Amino acid sequence: MTATQAPPREDSARGGTAVDSDRSKAENRLGQRLVAPAVVLMLLVTAYPMLQALYLSLFRYRLTAPDDREFIWFSNYATVLTDSLFWQDTWNTVLIMVVTVAVELVIGFAFAMVMHRVVFARGVIRTSILIPYGIITVVSAFAWQFAFSLNNGFVNSWVPFVEDNFNWFGDHWPAMFAIMVSEIWKTTPFMALLLLAGLSQVSEDMLEAAKVDGATWWQRLWKVILPNMRAAIMVAVLFRALDAYRIFDNIFVMTKGAQDTESVSFLTYRQSIEQVQLGLGSALSVLLFLSVLLLAFGIVKLFRVDLAQARGEG
Amino acid sequence: MAPLAALALASGLLAACGGDSGTPELTWYINPDSGGQDAVAEECSTDEYTISTQVLPQDANQQRIQLARRLAAGDPEIDLMSIDPPFTAEFAEAGYLAEIPQDLQDTFREQAFESAAVAATWEDKVVVAPFWSNTQVLWYRKSFVEQAGLDMEQPVTWEQIVQAASENDGTVAVQANKYEGYSVWINALIAGAGGQIASDTEQGADAQIDIDSDAGRQAAQVIADLASSDAAPDDLSIAQEGQAAATFGGDRGAFMVNWTYILNGAGYSDEVVDDLGWARYPRSVEGEESRPPYGGIGIGVSEFSDDKDLAVSALECLTSPENQALNAELTGNMPSSEAGYDQPNVQELFPPDLLELFQESLEAAAPRTPSPYWSDISGGIQSTWHPPSGVDEQTPEEAKQFIEDVLQGRSLL
Repeated sequence: MTATQAPPREDSARGGTAVDSDRSKAENRLGQRLVAPAVVLMLLVTAYPMLQALYLSLFRYRLTAPDDREFIWFSNYATVLTDSLFWQDTWNTVLIMVVTVAVELVIGFAFAMVMHRVVFARGVIRTSILIPYGIITVVSAFAWQFAFSLNNGFVNSWVPFVEDNFNWFGDHWPAMFAIMVSEIWKTTPFMALLLLAGLSQVSEDMLEAAKVDGATWWQRLWKVILPNMRAAIMVAVLFRALDAYRIFDNIFVMTKGAQDTESVSFLTYRQSIEQVQLGLGSALSVLLFLSVLLLAFGIVKLFRVDLAQARGEG
Repeated sequence: MAPLAALALASGLLAACGGDSGTPELTWYINPDSGGQDAVAEECSTDEYTISTQVLPQDANQQRIQLARRLAAGDPEIDLMSIDPPFTAEFAEAGYLAEIPQDLQDTFREQAFESAAVAATWEDKVVVAPFWSNTQVLWYRKSFVEQAGLDMEQPVTWEQIVQAASENDGTVAVQANKYEGYSVWINALIAGAGGQIASDTEQGADAQIDIDSDAGRQAAQVIADLASSDAAPDDLSIAQEGQAAATFGGDRGAFMVNWTYILNGAGYSDEVVDDLGWARYPRSVEGEESRPPYGGIGIGVSEFSDDKDLAVSALECLTSPENQALNAELTGNMPSSEAGYDQPNVQELFPPDLLELFQESLEAAAPRTPSPYWSDISGGIQSTWHPPSGVDEQTPEEAKQFIEDVLQGRSLL
């Protein structure tokens, strides 16, 4: 969403300030007119539900008790923000996001290198690395749940130092570990794919020049490859971080939020869908939306990501 | 000319479609089973109307969510629906259930077991027709109790079976995952100790929460004792009905509390089936009758149905003793009435003493307190009582506080 919206705005701004000829003005107007139907449609399908959620979040409103609907200003937000469960879930979400994105970045980079450099069976290797990403998250969550299962899983018998009767979903940390493993397994290929795009932008000439100058493999990696694919790395981190912050499927399938493994998305789901608390649920949705927005803004600012450059437009 | 012709043709076709199905079709939203409700629907289709079924999700909570969302939107496609007892009050209070005429209410109340009638009643009105009723009994391995020297002819307490199992390397299988089944167990334990989870539930969110009582603490004691003993299965904190059945069928299986369908539905080997014994649900405290859990299905008519009167008139046939028996024969989900149990095809389903035990248990069963806020109350219990290894004598007090906070909108569930 962010990536597809940002560049046109920047382009039009650039065009407007540089040359203010009649022709460019006309082009701008045409562009605006061409974009208008899409913008209107976007507003209809995204802005309306958002405003509706904002409106609903000001009510105490339970779907099964419509008569008790009451306007309570920002009480729902106060309830949520002073509740320990919300902060526990936010902490879980942040932890899952940081750990999975960090691990995925390292493994994904290794995979990207393999896909980039491999000389034999290129198609087969690239495809097999990408397979997990083609699997539906719910399916992968079930597969990992079975793998970690005490009754019919293989993890307990394969991993050393783990007792055969160890219940992975019986405690907070093992359950979080299992959830993160599933998440990492499933989305690392996506990370690898984005990084591969960055890798292929690094010029071979520069690498060769570095080699001639006597740079070691390690120096070439840190001084040439990584700096030159910074934009790609940051886009990969941004996309995955926003994705990971909204984690839901794995938790829903593997623990249903038991053992305090709930994420903010899951909490929102439970309030609005399971408990049909439309007011509280909407307040949570709004907060979730704001935190994702904040996160995106933070990463873009902090790492000075130029989205246009990452798309090869810069 | 051409568009007009097309329009005429289309409307002709539409009329033809409507004309063909002269008898109205009633749609019955059912919980998944092995064909029992389909057969009953066919049995009850008359010249006046046909009844077709639509299957709801497996999980009881998901069934509630789907029905509630459709009903809140006034979906006229639902005519009849199979409703789990804990959500009956919620649907009735929200005005989703069409009123059942007084004479039919009387019929249903007289026909059904006491516990089934309680579960089907909200504010003194029978709001759903009790269809099938389920209860839990204590299943045990004969060879194990023989070795442990426990006399199963006498009523046993939870303390006794936990002790017998832990001293003889056996397990006590229960349902203690963070889900509705855990609330079922806790409700049975508290009721068995003479208490209840909530009262004055007509007050809605201002209901009285009674879980912080001696009975609540005795229930907590039972759970804490089992969770800390060697009799606790390894997967205690994630065990639902299926996991409990697997534990019970395994090498260390000794005792299990579980529903009536387990005898035919768990896929046990002949060896296990021959070794299988049953007794009344264990007592929470010595000297006080146990109150087994109550489960089952009541059939409600949607307030938003286009054929409300027809649907109400179909209720009597759907829940007749003969059809309760037909359903029991196909699914193992037992009738909600004595008359249903008296049918010859039900008599053949289980050994006579087991059938007697089922009926005795249903008469004594303690349904979960009907309340429009049951899902909040139950969720609050699950949040504070899970995992079982964390339960102690403070738990009932915390649960009361938390449930009240949730009901008043002060806390997130």
